[in-house]
Amino acid sequence: MTKINFLKPDKSNLNTFLYLGSFLFFISVLDVLLNSFFSLNITSFLPGFLSYLLPLILGFIGLYFIRIELSGIKQLDLLNKHINTNNFNAVLSLLIIFIILKSIPPILSWFFVDASFAGDSKDVCTGSGACWTYIKVWMRRFMYGMYPNGEQWRINLSFIALALLGSVGYFATEKFKKYLTLYYVVIYPFIAFLFIFFFISGGPVFFDFSYGIIAAIISIIIGFFIPNKFRFYYFLIVPLALYILLKYFIFYEELIELGKLDGLNWVETGAWGGLSLTFIISFFCLIFCFPIGMAFALGRRSGFPLIRYISIGFIEFWRGVPLITVLFMSAVMFPMFLPADFFIDKLVRCIIAISLFEAAYVAEVIRGGLQALPRGQYEAAKSLGMGYWRMHLFVILPQALKLVIPGIANTFLALVKDTPLIFVVGLLEIVGMLNLAKTNPEWLGFAMEGYVFAAIIFWIICYAMSKYSYNLEQKYKTDR
Amino acid sequence: MESRGIDFGYGFLSQESSFDVQFSLIEYDGSHSYFRAYLVGLLNTILVSVIGIILATILGVLVGVARLSPNYLINKFAAFYVEFFRNIPLLLQIFFWYFAALRALPLPQDAEPMFGISFLTIKGLFVPAFIWQNFNIFFYSILAAIIAIVVIRVHAKKLQETQGKQTPVLLISIGLILILPLLSFLIGGVRLSFEVPVLKQLATTSFIYEGGVSLPPELIALALSLSLYTATFIAECVRAGIQGVGKGQKEAAASIGLTPNQVLKLVVMPQALRIIIPPTTNQYLNLTKNSSLAAAIAYPDLVLVFAGTALMQTGKAIEIVSITMFTYLSLSISISLLMNWYNKKIAITEK
Repeated sequence: MTKINFLKPDKSNLNTFLYLGSFLFFISVLDVLLNSFFSLNITSFLPGFLSYLLPLILGFIGLYFIRIELSGIKQLDLLNKHINTNNFNAVLSLLIIFIILKSIPPILSWFFVDASFAGDSKDVCTGSGACWTYIKVWMRRFMYGMYPNGEQWRINLSFIALALLGSVGYFATEKFKKYLTLYYVVIYPFIAFLFIFFFISGGPVFFDFSYGIIAAIISIIIGFFIPNKFRFYYFLIVPLALYILLKYFIFYEELIELGKLDGLNWVETGAWGGLSLTFIISFFCLIFCFPIGMAFALGRRSGFPLIRYISIGFIEFWRGVPLITVLFMSAVMFPMFLPADFFIDKLVRCIIAISLFEAAYVAEVIRGGLQALPRGQYEAAKSLGMGYWRMHLFVILPQALKLVIPGIANTFLALVKDTPLIFVVGLLEIVGMLNLAKTNPEWLGFAMEGYVFAAIIFWIICYAMSKYSYNLEQKYKTDR
Repeated sequence: MESRGIDFGYGFLSQESSFDVQFSLIEYDGSHSYFRAYLVGLLNTILVSVIGIILATILGVLVGVARLSPNYLINKFAAFYVEFFRNIPLLLQIFFWYFAALRALPLPQDAEPMFGISFLTIKGLFVPAFIWQNFNIFFYSILAAIIAIVVIRVHAKKLQETQGKQTPVLLISIGLILILPLLSFLIGGVRLSFEVPVLKQLATTSFIYEGGVSLPPELIALALSLSLYTATFIAECVRAGIQGVGKGQKEAAASIGLTPNQVLKLVVMPQALRIIIPPTTNQYLNLTKNSSLAAAIAYPDLVLVFAGTALMQTGKAIEIVSITMFTYLSLSISISLLMNWYNKKIAITEK
């Protein structure tokens, strides 16, 4: 056996170093493991300071010993390459391993082991862990706000219907693919609006909605028997005519009577809240801010100075002020400029304010895409005899939007994350509801559980969105 | 507007405000004017923004570099941090720190001293205050050191360009910035002492620390969440910037015999900074604007003091909201002008 130089691990004594190093590393991890999971301190015989640092020192020496270049063992080389390249990295790796080991038991016990799930009153929450009973009891409020318990099926039904209608794109056959853009840009938002306005808001107007649905269903069924040639005109005229016919001439009185019996109750927007309100606001703001932003992006590059300066002014103004003051303005200042008998709903004002605010950011993102396109694209389109609109619709925007998918996704994410700010105008979505629940005298002291719950929900939504945008980006990536 | 009986005017700014603000950098109480209340709010906004920007930059650069580390664990740890904090709304994070995390701190009478002189309690962080004698001499000494360093740097650059001689600028700089203030202590008669916070009993169960500097929990929660949130974005900017420098640049620099440190300092960083600065400016602007969320936890910033309390008292909605918006606009524009100037300075000078 050759002489071993412990300061210089080398390949000739590979096994010795490997066993010794692994053993020391193992001891150091075991020490921390025992300490954190069973609160045992196996090095308590040492002075406090040394006992505290011992795992780090042992682990460091252990990693030093097994740092042998080109050892020939595949796993060891991989380990060295990834976490053990030099002394500094070894210390950092050890620290991170220790932090993870140390933080697992408290987190686990808070979330699951000591947490209480059962029961429906505060009395069951005696352990040191989280009180998920609180979330369970308040679940309806967190999801639906002050929306009456008996009416919540309306929100569920609308959301399920909208989700199903939204997934149409995945099932569309080749024949209908070309209409998808039209469907998603115009028809779908319109249906969503009808659902939200008539169904979730409710009231006697619901019967307008039901007429509309009946008219639509009847006209679609008849539509199948109409020859192709006339179909366009048929769908332009008949549904509307049928709707008017139903509403004003056929069994109007009877339905009013029926409506008085068991129509949908009107629920004012102030009572909406919770996660469903987050979804409603994000949905409409997403839909509105995109076309507005696109218009201002084009306006900023327009040849007319007036349009250009208006666009620049709009964009820079909205980008310069915080959203909270914009909402303040919509709540306090905006009604003063309106005639006294004119009233716009709080929620609508909020949606307008957030849409305009985010539109400015969308405009800047799209402008980035427009600028990134080579001049040749514009010139080629013009030389083909395309006008301004055709050039932008068919050549420029498709390419520019493809380029800025990540930027737009970021703006949309920011929008979703900004929705809690509507507490300024007194609308309570999930974070606002949490703050309300926290001050309930029967449920004091569970702020942590509430915020963790909301954080998990938002994290899932935002993470899913960012992953989806990444997929889109990969899908539309074209090598240029 | 007339029909609603609202009169328009900025005269109220000089009236007595008659409300109190919990935390202010300048002397203020109810007898001062609304304009002074506006200044208090503005200074508090600037204070939290500056603290947030500094902390976020430090953390963001560290995490951004860690994101590029060959060390698997560090890399994943940084990625986890970024993905975690980026996807949770800032308001929720502020609420979490303020209502959940900081409320778990001990009461003033139970607080363990940190380093023997500071106390982190539910009522805020209490740190010793510096009490200076002849502070102006100390200040001048630091100023002199900075001027000397600038002169030496310029001179060293000239030497490098004309004669190719290298001077250890960093060592000289560190020496100057240490030695000159030290001299001011030894010769200039500058004295420094600490005023340590002392526990004081207000009532049988109510305690507070007196003396020293106290940072309210609102400020801590706000600065913490702003910097943790913004740091994730800055980290991504830094990562993109460093990755944006072509591999060929580094290899070329290494092949002409530069040491790894020189490669980083002379080749990689100047190019990376050009990519990093513009998006980071945006993040600084966002942070400043996001500091207005302070109103949610009652940190007396511009929105809470001026667009909140003052607006409630005077009812001058249009004037106050427009002043507030204009102030934020000017803050944004001044930060972006500053960063544009810096950006221009380090940009490639094309001929």
